[in-house]
Amino acid sequence: MDTNMQNTPKITKESKNKIRVEFERTPLKERLKAKFMNMYFFQRVAFYIFRLVLLIGVSYVVLFPFFTKIAGSFMSPEDFVDVTVRLIPKNFTLDIYKAVLTELNYVQAFTNTLIISVSGAILQTFVCCLIGYGLAKFKFRGNKLIMMLVILTMIVPHQTLQLSMFMQFRYFDVLGILSFLSGGANIAFMPEAFNEMLAGINVINLPDHGLALTNTYWPLLILSATGLAFKNGLYIFLLRQFFTGVPDALEESAYIDGSGVFRTFLTIILPLSVPMMVTVFLFSFCWQWMDDFYTELFFTTNKIKLMPDVVDIPNSLKMDYAGTNMYEAAIRNTCGICIIFPLVILYAFCQNFLVQGIERSGLTAD
Amino acid sequence: MTNEANLQHTVSAPKVKKRKLASLDQRKARAGWVFVLPFVIGFIIVYLPIIFNSIKMSFFSLEVVTGGGFRLDFVGLENYQYALFEDTSFVETLVTGMKELAFDIPAILIFSLFMAVLLNQKMAGRAVFRSIFFIPVILSTGIMESIEGQNILGTYMDQAGGVDDGSGSSTASEIVTAIDIERLFSSMKVGTGLVEYVVDMINQIYDIVNRSGVQMLIFLSGLQSISPAIYEACRIDGATSWETFWKITFPMISPMILVNAVYTIIDSFTTESNSVMTYIAGVYKSSDGQVRSSAMAWMYFLLVMLILAAVGGLFSAFVFYNRRD
Repeated sequence: MDTNMQNTPKITKESKNKIRVEFERTPLKERLKAKFMNMYFFQRVAFYIFRLVLLIGVSYVVLFPFFTKIAGSFMSPEDFVDVTVRLIPKNFTLDIYKAVLTELNYVQAFTNTLIISVSGAILQTFVCCLIGYGLAKFKFRGNKLIMMLVILTMIVPHQTLQLSMFMQFRYFDVLGILSFLSGGANIAFMPEAFNEMLAGINVINLPDHGLALTNTYWPLLILSATGLAFKNGLYIFLLRQFFTGVPDALEESAYIDGSGVFRTFLTIILPLSVPMMVTVFLFSFCWQWMDDFYTELFFTTNKIKLMPDVVDIPNSLKMDYAGTNMYEAAIRNTCGICIIFPLVILYAFCQNFLVQGIERSGLTAD
Repeated sequence: MTNEANLQHTVSAPKVKKRKLASLDQRKARAGWVFVLPFVIGFIIVYLPIIFNSIKMSFFSLEVVTGGGFRLDFVGLENYQYALFEDTSFVETLVTGMKELAFDIPAILIFSLFMAVLLNQKMAGRAVFRSIFFIPVILSTGIMESIEGQNILGTYMDQAGGVDDGSGSSTASEIVTAIDIERLFSSMKVGTGLVEYVVDMINQIYDIVNRSGVQMLIFLSGLQSISPAIYEACRIDGATSWETFWKITFPMISPMILVNAVYTIIDSFTTESNSVMTYIAGVYKSSDGQVRSSAMAWMYFLLVMLILAAVGGLFSAFVFYNRRD
């Protein structure tokens, strides 16, 4: 630019609002050379290619299992014994889908799981927002302790609690009150007569001395409403991080304008954190949808069909031939596809929020 | 202002001791309790009894009474003794499980940090890659994981050679073999241990990608919170991106590394595909196994706590906190 400024430019054409000026420019070849033939440019191109290859490679790793599942789901039994058939089916058929969708109570399982997942996810998102906000923005005694307890609920593996969690909801009781009122209380180290007297109480008639909540939706709802359901510790942690990043000035100005704590939370903080909430909602919905631990634990009878019950071999597809193992694997994977299909659609809609949620969580105080 | 009146009614929970607190602080402290109330209630009514019973049951033997219901008999440390000395494979599974995790956890951390840094850069198609990378977090859990556990379809489809698809048995289709890497590393004078580690890491890439979704998310949010002004200043001062990473990104992200280390440990220890967890779940289903599995699970939990404390202590010594106040 400097050199151009020195020589006066030659005006070749001039009209009302356009002007064409001829500079004495370095030739195109030289300019291109200066632009592209340097280390900096090479480095950038090399890095760009490296990055692209790596990302595509990892994406392939992520997507390949899904490709195999989809490919296998369209294959007919013959294809599994044919050595020449790999990813692309030779005899295209929808038999597996038909059988899975009609014979395995898919529709029932779908509706039941939808009820659980939607109600659970909404509850979990809201409750985790409350708890996360409380932990992030309020300094009260016990704040740290509660955060520790939240982390504790995350650390204890659920297998550890399997049996007692089942018992808790099989004989559900609030601090022994129901048991006491129905005469089930029994205090060790107390005289026999006292315990007999306790057993005589019969205000409510409960044969099990507790409510049997198994095989209902209640256990999952109770766990969701108290922030104890699957991975809720993680959501609380994520939301706490997010709310810590929200500037205090926002709330302070709301308080000065006379808004209360809860109104501020509902009308200012929540709308601000929609992307993060959608992220948490997506996680809780999907993990609840795919969950087979709690559903198998709380639903002991087969009356309420849920998603894990869908994974099975339909009767009409049971056959015995050389490719049976492979064929049944393909059927099981097709069940998997049917289960995750709604999630894929949901994800397609929500992934934008997921990415935004990440970006917004970096909202800092200054 | 009506909230103030409401609060005094609703909050009967633990009183804040009357010190010289400003009224606003006091009110906010109470409001804080209201916000965390659902958790506190749930913890006391549901979670505490569950934990208490679980610990209690590991000291009892359980007998299902034919008329419905069950009977518990106190047996002391018998379940623990059984797990440690009589059960032939528990200790062995525990040791191999630990070894696996000692390998997996650094791999997941390094991979997710690396990927988060890559995905944080501005480039064409970033959103697409991001959404692909988070697919496993959403879809490969629970039911899918258990389908995947016994999946032979992927191996079959992929026999021409390629990626380990999580079936774990595809020795024929490893991406790289130790020899390739060894040739690469032999001139660099690094030990065979590292070579094996890298080879294993590449061949388990599917597993690692699957398990590092949440970590990537946490790292990404951490990266987003670093002020761009710092990077700009660095660039003006002529720092290369390598220097910028180690002098800026790494220290600034170190709290997130601690968080992720803790999360990864918890997640890998408690996931259903963990070999110890699978073993305990297997014991739970066997006859008389319910109380024994509790005892095993509690021992396992204690071990996890110890490891967590050690790792937490170790990492927190190196964490840099950017304190503004």
